[in-house]
Amino acid sequence: MKYKGRFGDYGGFYVPEVLMAVLEELEEAFYRFYEDERFVSELAKLSKDYAGRPSPLYHAKRFSEYVGFKVYLKREDLLHGGAHKVNNTLGQGLLAKYMGKNKLIAETGAGQHGLATAMIGALFGMETKIFMGVIDIERQSVNVHKMKLCGAEVIPIEGGTGTLKDAINDALRYWTAHVTDTFYLFGSACGPHPYPTIVKHFQSCIGKEARQQCLDQIGKLPDMVVACVGGGSNAIGIFSGFMDDKDVKLIGVEAGGRSLSSGKHAATLVAGKVGILHGAKSYLLQDKEGQVHETESISAGLDYPAVGPEHCLLKDTGRAEYVAAEDSDVLDAFELLSKTEGILPALESSHALAFLCSQKGKLDSDTIAVVNLSGRGDKDVSIVEERRPLEN
Amino acid sequence: MKTYKQLFSELSELKRSALIPFFVIGDPDFETSLRIVKTSIDAGADVLELGIPFSDPIADGPTIQKADIRARNCGMNIQKAMEFVRKVKDYRDIPIGLLMYYNLIYQYGTEKFFKDCYQAGVNSVLVADLSIDDADEITSPAAKAGLDTVFMVTPNTDPKRMKLIASKTTGFIYTVSVLGVTGSREKLSDTIEGLVGKLKKLTDVPVCVGFGISKPEHAAAVASAGADGVIIGSKIVGLIESNLGNKEKMLAEISTFLGDVKVALEHQSN
Repeated sequence: MKYKGRFGDYGGFYVPEVLMAVLEELEEAFYRFYEDERFVSELAKLSKDYAGRPSPLYHAKRFSEYVGFKVYLKREDLLHGGAHKVNNTLGQGLLAKYMGKNKLIAETGAGQHGLATAMIGALFGMETKIFMGVIDIERQSVNVHKMKLCGAEVIPIEGGTGTLKDAINDALRYWTAHVTDTFYLFGSACGPHPYPTIVKHFQSCIGKEARQQCLDQIGKLPDMVVACVGGGSNAIGIFSGFMDDKDVKLIGVEAGGRSLSSGKHAATLVAGKVGILHGAKSYLLQDKEGQVHETESISAGLDYPAVGPEHCLLKDTGRAEYVAAEDSDVLDAFELLSKTEGILPALESSHALAFLCSQKGKLDSDTIAVVNLSGRGDKDVSIVEERRPLEN
Repeated sequence: MKTYKQLFSELSELKRSALIPFFVIGDPDFETSLRIVKTSIDAGADVLELGIPFSDPIADGPTIQKADIRARNCGMNIQKAMEFVRKVKDYRDIPIGLLMYYNLIYQYGTEKFFKDCYQAGVNSVLVADLSIDDADEITSPAAKAGLDTVFMVTPNTDPKRMKLIASKTTGFIYTVSVLGVTGSREKLSDTIEGLVGKLKKLTDVPVCVGFGISKPEHAAAVASAGADGVIIGSKIVGLIESNLGNKEKMLAEISTFLGDVKVALEHQSN
């Protein structure tokens, strides 16, 4: 490896020897192409024409009225596929193409990354396999069907809790046996080096755009930028644009699940302890012996016991602050944005909105908050219906 | 305590490769697991590779994943594994290598872990998810405690890296015969002869081969390719799984299988 892939002491590449050669190959290719003129212009064109970038920054006035300060939504939910995930799958998919790999594999939790990978597999004519836990397949059946329509094979993972962690385990195992022709399109800003760096790079368009849009539309930078954190890709994407603006608070919202005290949650940065999983050192939800905990969250996309290494460093240095939102508050926020703005947010993104709701009455009315609305909530309607049946 | 060095030099005089079975400690429970290991020693095991179960064993196929679950369900952890090793050592002074994942060591405390390993009678610890690049995190505490090092080489490890790995290895090189995770395979990989040959040219450190070896003739072929030892995991762990309801049959089948491999290795002077 050319680089250590460390964020402070976090990150690294804690993988079996068999994966080292392919990670080195990936690192070499990323640094060869990511600033290559042809690569950059091809990606820019696809981002615009295929994915729909730039995404708008929208002043949610009625939602703002409710919470008592100004809320702007970075509308990643309007992108093709319905989430920010396409930024990364386009980038990595193009990288795979430049590397001459013609098969894609990916893990998925909520199915958004799986869908975004399946789309890119279809776009580039690559054979695509998506690893997905059986529990997630059940709770995100619409996305499963969409992936299949795009021509991907969805491989159900029975192991463990049948969620994202187990899907990653099996995708890594599959990759181990197919390293020569297969590109592992990793979905979040975690996992072994170079993935946290690659994913951040391809998601940094969110922060770059949002910062410029703030200057253009509001005439100044926001007071805070808020994003949900599972592995942390949408959060690191928007945070990256404001990292050097020291007066802009960065707030990551993790899945508080049923509650922190119940232990049934996925709030890794808030309640975890440093450990090693899936190739990286990060905060980790685990027992005292180091066995990884089963997590729980209403949103499949945040249901993960580790977290991106750069978030760990941002927490330790205090540059970003991490909090947790519980399922019931998340559902309230989902309903509130739907009612006040006619926008159904993904349950993942609803965590960020729930934090804003918790600040109602605590912030000045001229406070400006930018929220990364990382995905749309169509995929979650049946879950919300089950948990909050409508009266008529 | 018998060292790898002593063992491999004894075997080299006999022109024989070491028989190295792998088990997950505590599979399916502490007592049965101990009986299984003693049976394998009686059947001719020269070295033992013992796994400590982890919740997310990314280098392992389905057979060993299931063994990990069985062992964890009966409460296996590092303390109990050390007690297990002590009991095995009381039975026979045989070199023991542990095979495990890094997070368990990290949470236990690296220095204390290696000290406790040495005291229990462990010869080496192979950490499946710690590559040679980060090996310094364990090599110095391991050496300080008096343990040998074992690292993996895979078919896609380049020669420069092989040399680096060999230079940091004091026990043996665990050569992975295939691209993939652990698991029995019908056919032996055809790249293994070349890989062993390449390694033997690069280093004097003993070279043992594992992953996918599931028949006496596989073992014989690996030995004739020049391997100093043959590691067999999933095949015998599978014999545990298929005989969970009948422990006597389980022990008999493991004993017979290892006996057959032993015979194949003895006929294969290298």
